[in-house]
Amino acid sequence: MAAAVSLRDVHKRFGEVEVLKGVSFEVAPGEVVAIIGRSGSGKSTALRCVNRLETIQSGEIELCGRRVDDPALDLRALRRDVGMVFQSYNLFPHLTVAENITLAPRRVRRTPPAEARRIAEEVLTRVGLSDKIDAYPEQLSGGQQQRVAIARSLAMEPKVMLFDEVTSALDPHLTGEVLKVMETLAKGGMTMLVVTHEMAFARRVADRVIFMHTGKVWETGPGSMLADPQTPELKEFLANGL
Amino acid sequence: MGGFTLTHFLYLLQATGWTVVLTLLAFVLGCLAGFLVMLARTAQVRWVRGLSGLYVDVVQGTPLLIVLFLIYFGLALFGFELPAIVAAALSLMIYCSAFLGEIWRGCVQSVPRTQTEASECLGLSRWQTLRDVVLPQAMRIATPPTVGFLVQVLKNTSLASVVGFVELTRASQVINNSLFQPFLVFGIAGLLYFALCYPLSRLSRALERKLNGGRRQPA
Amino acid sequence: MRYQFDFGALLPYWRDFLDGALTTLTMTAFAVVFGLAIGILCAIGRRSASPLLQRLCGFYVELIRNTPYIIQIFFIFFGLSSIGLRLPIFAAAVLTLVVNVGAYTAEIVRAGMDTIHPGQIEAAQALGLSQPQIYWDVILRPALERVYPALTGQFVLMMLASSITSQISAEELTAVANNVQSFSFRAFETYIVVAVLYLALAVLLKLAFYGFGQLIFPRRRRLGTPL
Repeated sequence: MAAAVSLRDVHKRFGEVEVLKGVSFEVAPGEVVAIIGRSGSGKSTALRCVNRLETIQSGEIELCGRRVDDPALDLRALRRDVGMVFQSYNLFPHLTVAENITLAPRRVRRTPPAEARRIAEEVLTRVGLSDKIDAYPEQLSGGQQQRVAIARSLAMEPKVMLFDEVTSALDPHLTGEVLKVMETLAKGGMTMLVVTHEMAFARRVADRVIFMHTGKVWETGPGSMLADPQTPELKEFLANGL
Repeated sequence: MGGFTLTHFLYLLQATGWTVVLTLLAFVLGCLAGFLVMLARTAQVRWVRGLSGLYVDVVQGTPLLIVLFLIYFGLALFGFELPAIVAAALSLMIYCSAFLGEIWRGCVQSVPRTQTEASECLGLSRWQTLRDVVLPQAMRIATPPTVGFLVQVLKNTSLASVVGFVELTRASQVINNSLFQPFLVFGIAGLLYFALCYPLSRLSRALERKLNGGRRQPA
Repeated sequence: MRYQFDFGALLPYWRDFLDGALTTLTMTAFAVVFGLAIGILCAIGRRSASPLLQRLCGFYVELIRNTPYIIQIFFIFFGLSSIGLRLPIFAAAVLTLVVNVGAYTAEIVRAGMDTIHPGQIEAAQALGLSQPQIYWDVILRPALERVYPALTGQFVLMMLASSITSQISAEELTAVANNVQSFSFRAFETYIVVAVLYLALAVLLKLAFYGFGQLIFPRRRRLGTPL
């Protein structure tokens, strides 16, 4: 079966600084892959290259059979296939929860309002927030906002979901509700690429873990590799935390 | 109809001098009156606050041109035949006092309350608290918008032309009436205004950036 | 010397005052609509990738903001007629107002757009919205909601500044006052009446803007908090 996401020898520079130095990995359909590593290791950049929030200097990225690095790529078609959730939620503060969720379906897919509303109700139920449909983001806790952000992505029925440190901005007691939603998604067969600091989540939920270090894939293996690190760098990372 | 000559230009420059004189006069008077308005707006007595608030609202809701006419025609009725420059300076002073008073009130009130409370605990009188604790802090915040407002005053001195005071705008009207080259004459007048205002605008923005930059302490 | 006020002498002119006030309001309405359009376009221009467009919009904004409105009026009105373009006075007055308020609006709208966090735009991109859709839904709408008080305050100031168009004999409130005082010989009373009328217009305008804001910004209506 063809990979849902594949990176081959990807290089990315910000000015003089090379942040990705030949990154390669694949994500199979239905697979959950966690990327861990120090800040500055290039893990978030790698994720942002997948839906082309960043353009790469060389290498190949493929998503659902589409070449992401192709300059002639239909960006909007790409982004219909891939959803993304951010560290800082990035809900639109001037729109209600329902409007946040239905914005893309209405604008991009021209879904009629009533149908869009039905979609919003459905995805909100999946993240356990159907009672907040007409609230504004500022009326929600951080954890609730992040769940709405996940629902907003789900409304576009993506084939792949990207998660960029989605619990890092949350108070510790709020991370659980978000991780639970993600775990449910994983069990439902969603293809997920998750940049995270939550080692317990990576070990328990991820099919595979990628440890990135200094812009390279340093070590990769099943979640159990976190109990048995092979390289001194991963050993040190796990010992010292972030 | 002749061309625009050096004589015309020197005449405009001289009139620019009068624009500057009127600006400074109005601004200095306006600052003094504005300070009083600020004191009244932050007073502890309620009716003083209310009355000064009404004054600010009335002045800010009336066109400066109408204020100018009221002063110019009104004071004449009471037997004060004012020279145009005095009428203009008085009107601008009133205009200034309302806007500056309100700007400065905001600055004074943005100084944290704890500062006032702390100095009162130290036994400073209300006036000492204001002079030694609140004002020095408020002035730092007040400088950029005050410089910015100076630009408004400078531009608004052009309205003095309406009551016949020969400053830059009036002078350019006089020249245009004889040459009838409005693009050229008013263009030059505009550039002279720009040459005065733009540096002040830049200064105001630079001061504001500096203030904001200085406040951003590393965590 | 005591001055005898005689407001009664102005009664016969009440229709003129009313017409003048209506003209002032009409001019303001036109200037708000077109000025807002120019201001928004110019704010977008200043954020565009084209250095030429950036400079052009910046030049316009700085030029207008650093010269007196009365000079702009003379430049445009007498300038245009000197090259044979004789606009109706009302149109000319509105034109000068639009040119003037467009620059102030541009600066306010730009400040509003600058408050939009880049993450908002990335989120919209990730959802597949197109550039125009992002500009409208994610940048402009919240930016306008955020600067709405500053923007409407500027429009009220512009309504007051429109009194200066009396200098090219636009038949608005101040020009009416100038006429009335020359017929009635009651200059002081006339300008007091007109000052009160301007105050009333300012209050009316503020109320109208407040109501309109409640109408078009449901978040503000429901939560009452600044965005």
